[in-house]
Amino acid sequence: MQTLNPDVPVPPMAVPAVQTAPKYDEQVIQYFTIASMFWAIAGFTVGLLLALQLAFPAFNIEPYLNFGRLRPLHTSAVIFAFGGNVLFATSYHVVQRPCHTRLFSKKMAWFHFWGYQAFILMAGLGYLFGVTQGKEYAEPEWYADLWLTVVWVVYLINFLMTLTQRKEKHIYVANWFFLSFIVTIAILHLVNGISVPISLFSTKSYYVFGGVQSALIQWWYGHNAVGFFLTAGFLGMMYYYIPKQAERPVYSYRLSIIHFWSLIFIYIWAGPHHLLYTSLPDWAQTLGMTFSIMLWMPSWGGMINGMMTLSGAWHKLRDDPILQFMIIALSFYGMSTFEGPLMSIKTVNSLSHYTNWTVGHVHAGALGWVAYISFGAIYYLIPHLWKKPAMYSKSLISLHLWISTVGIVVYITSMWVAGIMQGLMWRAYDKMGFLTYSFVEVVQAMHPYYIIRAFGGALFLVGALIMVWNIWKTIKSPDAVTAPSQPPALVAAE
Amino acid sequence: MLESHKKLERNSILLLVFAVIAVSIGGIVEIVPLFRMQTTIEPVKGVRPLTPLELAGQDIYIREGCNVCHSQQIRPLRDEVQRYGHYSLAAESMYDHPFVWGSERTGPDLARVGGKYSNSWHVEHLTDPRSVVPESIMPKYDFLARNYLKTWDLPSKMKVLKMEGVPYTKADISNAQLDVVSQTMPDEDASGLQERYGPKVVPQAFGGTPGSPTEMDALIAYLQQLGTQVDFTTYDPDYELNAAKFAAGKGAK
Repeated sequence: MQTLNPDVPVPPMAVPAVQTAPKYDEQVIQYFTIASMFWAIAGFTVGLLLALQLAFPAFNIEPYLNFGRLRPLHTSAVIFAFGGNVLFATSYHVVQRPCHTRLFSKKMAWFHFWGYQAFILMAGLGYLFGVTQGKEYAEPEWYADLWLTVVWVVYLINFLMTLTQRKEKHIYVANWFFLSFIVTIAILHLVNGISVPISLFSTKSYYVFGGVQSALIQWWYGHNAVGFFLTAGFLGMMYYYIPKQAERPVYSYRLSIIHFWSLIFIYIWAGPHHLLYTSLPDWAQTLGMTFSIMLWMPSWGGMINGMMTLSGAWHKLRDDPILQFMIIALSFYGMSTFEGPLMSIKTVNSLSHYTNWTVGHVHAGALGWVAYISFGAIYYLIPHLWKKPAMYSKSLISLHLWISTVGIVVYITSMWVAGIMQGLMWRAYDKMGFLTYSFVEVVQAMHPYYIIRAFGGALFLVGALIMVWNIWKTIKSPDAVTAPSQPPALVAAE
Repeated sequence: MLESHKKLERNSILLLVFAVIAVSIGGIVEIVPLFRMQTTIEPVKGVRPLTPLELAGQDIYIREGCNVCHSQQIRPLRDEVQRYGHYSLAAESMYDHPFVWGSERTGPDLARVGGKYSNSWHVEHLTDPRSVVPESIMPKYDFLARNYLKTWDLPSKMKVLKMEGVPYTKADISNAQLDVVSQTMPDEDASGLQERYGPKVVPQAFGGTPGSPTEMDALIAYLQQLGTQVDFTTYDPDYELNAAKFAAGKGAK
């Protein structure tokens, strides 16, 4: 087995001691980290409200807080506000360290921070007032889209220029993933964002593409928002923070290369699996399904590379809850990247599509993988950024871990059962050849599972609130006594 | 391979360029042909652009996020065809910018809901869904009946859609604000409206207030035309296939 090439900076070696490295720009990372936790709580809370609305329609408060208007608020808050801010915090952190350099421009980073929070507010407030393009995960209207383009270009330039001014010869693998995430999201956003406003003073615009074409372009975007925003970027986190927390080099350099190129090449093709059996031409559906199944391999390659990084350090998993967060994240990643290809097989999709199974699948990935690797990275970052010896309470991290894990399991199993049941009830026939159930009978059958799901989501929110408390106490705790021989990461792991 | 990969690892611009190439191929192969191939959307008789009132209704449909819970895409599966009607044709959504096929069926599919329920049922149902379907979990939308419909921006909406390929004529656009009102007035002369959008467009008091359309009127007008444009008693999905077979058979004999 080939381990890492010695030329390639391995995080534990690349950053031998914080003191000898250049003085990194960390304040903006602090801001991104705090913002991510703020939006996390907001997004999870809206999610819980939505879950309650499905169980008990009285929770709808018309018109502003009806389900239809709140749903994009939830998805945007968790994906783009929580996920986005974590990605920015970690990418700015990871680009400086293995490159041994400071950020290209602090001003650009600050513009990125405030500009992005402004985008979130513009988009989110719009949803409540019914300003939406109605395209899933691309709901913001034209003016918010334009503003995001400016912010994103600044981000891309700042990241790329920081890479080019690096002091190390090689670019570390985590930064390949971050770079591909930033540039691909730019391409997706530019193409999928083309819409024509009805006037410069109106919030309303019409998407330039219509019908079948709009469906495929939208899901090419939508699926790769998952592939690049929620996967490639977070894999960048995995490739830096797991080796750091475990204090082991990445398992295989060769696997990293294969993982990176196959993942980004194959992911792009998978969009049409959202449109199986629809009016999209068959050849496109088949291509989408085929590449979705192929995608299983690079996904698991990445998971194995992350997990096996613990070789020789498995004992650390026993009593390091931060590492536990990261490894559970990889387990959920492995599970949902198996489930995804399965659901994209046409026969399976004919049952699963339109049902709560999809909702369960998405949350296995979003809560289990995206949120958990983020929590792990944030727990690593907080003491690091605020120069504290460790998180305020390790047992609170454990408590968060277990409450949330139970929450996720309750959430996804209830949605699996609900979704498969829903699909089977829709297609059930009686002896006479009539449909057995009316639609509303199926809605009624969902009721208990909607309640269980809301309970699971509530547990996840409680876990996150514990985290916020722990972070608050850590930041407020007395500063670390400078111990030159001890990088903060080491202490955090103890 | 590892040796040559080092070139990419050492050059950020090269890495960027290769990554962009890698992510572009799939999209180009799948998307570009959709614009070039005639078979992507086969023309079907009866499909027409939405009337101004229906268009305003579709905008409300998207504003309220109806498509979050209701799909508009019937798949060619036995149970779906039996439950909802003929499977959806590409042509039926060709004028939607964007498509509203949806991805969830928290509520039933609406692709062919047009004409299934009366206007007054829709008013009741949107005002308080549980008054007509006790088990429903849909939110209430009674505020729609209190909001007068904004009609002044309809011409500019139609102009933009025309630019994007929806075949609105100059007359359609200049008469938009008139047509909105006349589609809600069952007792007036509607020959202009029907000339522009076809004889199937019959003025009705959708929301119950002829002549002063509310958002309720617009939404119901939109819902009532869904899936009704194509006449499936005369539609032949295999027309081209049969024509090809016929030609081939002739050639062989």
